[in-house]
Amino acid sequence: MAAYIVKRVLQIVLTLFVFLTIVFFLVNAQPGDISRLYSLDPNLPPETRAQMQELFGVNEPLWKQYLVHLKNTLTGDLGVSFSLYPRTVADVIKERLPRTLVLFLTATVVSFYLGFGLGKIIAWRRGGWVEYTSTLGGVTLYTVFTPWFGLMMIWLFAFKAGWFPIGKFLDPVVWQDAPSDANTVFNLMLATAVVLSVITFTVFLVTSKKRLGMARALQAGIIAVSVLIVAGVWLSSGVGYLAWDIVKHMVLPIATLTLISFAGTMLLTRNSMLEVIREDYVLAARAKGLPEKAVRDRHVARNALLPVVTSFVFSLAFAIDGGVIIESIFSWPGMGQTLVAATVSEDLPLAVGTFVFVGLFVLLAHLAADILYAYLDPRVRY
Amino acid sequence: MIVDTGPVRNAPSLWRVRLGLAGRSLKQNWSLFLRTRIGILGLVIICFYMLLALAHPILMNTVWDERIYDPVIGFAFDETQQPAPPSLAHPLGTDPLGRDILSQLMFSARSEFLLGLLAAVVTVCIGTMVGATAAYFGGLIDMLLMRLADIMIMMPGISILIVLSALIEVGHLELALLIGILSGFGGTGVVLKSQALSVVVKPYIEAARTSGGGTLHIILVHVVPNLLPLSFLYMMFTVTSAIFSEAVLSFLGLLDVRMSWGLMIHTTESAGYLLQVGEYWWLIFPASLSITLLCSSFYLLGRSLDEVVNPRLRRT
Repeated sequence: MAAYIVKRVLQIVLTLFVFLTIVFFLVNAQPGDISRLYSLDPNLPPETRAQMQELFGVNEPLWKQYLVHLKNTLTGDLGVSFSLYPRTVADVIKERLPRTLVLFLTATVVSFYLGFGLGKIIAWRRGGWVEYTSTLGGVTLYTVFTPWFGLMMIWLFAFKAGWFPIGKFLDPVVWQDAPSDANTVFNLMLATAVVLSVITFTVFLVTSKKRLGMARALQAGIIAVSVLIVAGVWLSSGVGYLAWDIVKHMVLPIATLTLISFAGTMLLTRNSMLEVIREDYVLAARAKGLPEKAVRDRHVARNALLPVVTSFVFSLAFAIDGGVIIESIFSWPGMGQTLVAATVSEDLPLAVGTFVFVGLFVLLAHLAADILYAYLDPRVRY
Repeated sequence: MIVDTGPVRNAPSLWRVRLGLAGRSLKQNWSLFLRTRIGILGLVIICFYMLLALAHPILMNTVWDERIYDPVIGFAFDETQQPAPPSLAHPLGTDPLGRDILSQLMFSARSEFLLGLLAAVVTVCIGTMVGATAAYFGGLIDMLLMRLADIMIMMPGISILIVLSALIEVGHLELALLIGILSGFGGTGVVLKSQALSVVVKPYIEAARTSGGGTLHIILVHVVPNLLPLSFLYMMFTVTSAIFSEAVLSFLGLLDVRMSWGLMIHTTESAGYLLQVGEYWWLIFPASLSITLLCSSFYLLGRSLDEVVNPRLRRT
C-alpha cells in the first residue's frame, strides 16, 4: 500500500510538472508580451517600455523564463493581479480557495451518497415507471444547461419564495459590527466540517461489518450526537449567527451543484448493479434466504461500488466545471468565479494563477480517490 | 482465356453476403434499440431540431423578410417596443435588440449541429487512432499515450476553455477542435483502447500479420472497424459536451460567434432581463430549454446505444 501511494505521488508530481509546462507555453504562445498590455498608451516612451520588459523579465530567453516561472509557481509567487491591483494572486487565492473547497466537497459527498442510494434502488426495480422517470430525470439534470438551472433555483427559492438570499457570500448588514472577520469564521466552519466528515467516515468504517439494522442505528445515532455537539459549540461561541448567515448563502449553490452532479453517479450505479446482479454469489445469497435489502446492500452494492468509485475520479473534473459555472451564477466568491471574472476582465496573472490552482486541486483529488480505490479493492496492487 | 467462374456465379457474390449480414445485424440492433424507449425519445427530439435547422434557410428565402427576421442584424419594425411578447408574426417574441427569437433559435440550431458533429468526428478520429495504436503497439507508446490521457481526463474542460478564450480567439471551429482533442486524447481514447485490447489478441490479427500485412494496414483494416460501434456511441456523448461547452462559454460572453443559444441568454443577461423570468419568459426559456433538450437527447441516444452495444446491460 505504502509503495503504491509513493508511486502515485511521484506520478502526480510528474503530471504537475507537465501541467505547469503546458500552462507556461500556452501563455507564451500568444504574440507579444506583458508590456503590450500598455502599448495602447501613447505616453509610454520606448525607454520605459524597455525598462518594463526588463522588470518583468520578458526579454530573457524562453528557457530562462520557463525556469523562473517554475520556481515562482512552486514557491507560491504567482504575480500581482491586474484587476484587484495591489493584491497578489496568491493572496486572492488564499482567501477564495476554502470557499470553493467547502462548496465542492459538500456537494460531491452529498451527491455521491444520493446518487449511489438512488442508483441501488432503481437497478433493483428494473423496467418499471420508476426506472424510466428516474433515468429521464437523471439525464435531464445531468445535461441541463447549468446557468439556466442555477437561475431557476435562484428565481424560485430566493426571488419568489424568499427563503434564501440571492447569491453572494454573506449579508453585509448582518456583518456590520461583527466581532470577527468572515475569513476567520469561515475557516472555523471548514475545520468543523472536516471533523464531522472524519467522524462520519470512521463510523461507517467501523460499523460496516455489523448486522444491517444495527449498523444503520449506530450510524444514525453517532452522527446525530456529533452534529448536536457541534451545533451546541457554535451556538455558545458568539459568532454562531455569523456562521448561520454564511450557511444560508451556501444552501442554494450546494443544492444546485448536488442536483446537477448526483445523476451521473446514479446512472452509473444502476449499470454497475445490473452487471453484478447476474453473479452467482448473488443467487447464492438469495438462496441462503437473506432478506432482499441485505442482498442488495451487502452483496450487490458493495461490489457495484468499485466502478462507481473509478468513475468518481473521472467525474471530479465534471464537478469542478459545474462548480465554476455555479459559482459565477451565484456570485459565490470562490475559485471558479475568480477564474471567470479574471478571464472576462483579461486579468491574465489571476486567471493563470487560479487555473494552476484548479489543476493542482484536481490532481490532489485524483490522488485521494486513487488511494481510496486501492483501499476498497484489494485486487488493485500495481 | 478461360477462367472458371462457375461456383462464384452460382453463389451470391461476396458484397451481397456482407450487405445481407449487415442488414440483419442492423435489424436486430434496431429492434433492441426500439425496446430501450428512452433512445426513441432522444431521436425524436434530435429530428425536431434538425427540422428546425433545415427550415430556417427555406423560411428566410420565402416567407420571412430578411430585414426583420435576420437572426443577427434584423429588427422587428412591426413591433412598437422591444422586447415584444409573442405574437402571430413573431411566435416567440423578440429580444431586447428587436430580433426575432424563433429565427435566432432556428439559425443557431444549425451551428449547434455542425459544432457537435465536427467535435464528435474529431474526437472519434483521434480517439480511435490513439486506442488502436496504444493497444496494438503496447509498451512505451501505450504508456506515453495513456499518461497523456490521464492528464487530459483530469483537466476540467470548461475551465481550460475559459482560460484559452482569454489567450486566443475561440470561435465554433476552434471550439470543436479543442473539444475533439481534449476528449479524443482523453476519456474516449482510453475507452477505445480497452476495447482495442480485446481486438488485437484475436486470431485474425495474428493471421493478418503472418500473411504479411503492414502495421498501418492491420490497424486501419482490422482493428479500427471493430472499434467503430463503440466510437459511434462515444460520438453521442461528445456532441452533448460540445453543445454544452459552447452554450456555457457563449453565455459567459467568451466566444467569438455571431449567434448561438448561449449568446441569446447572454444578450438577455446583459440587457438585465435575467431575473424577470415570469414577465419575459420568451427571452430565457426557448434558448435554455433548447440547450437542455438537445444535450439530453444526444445523451439519451448514447445511453440506449450503450444498451445495444453492451450485451451485459441487456434485459434477460
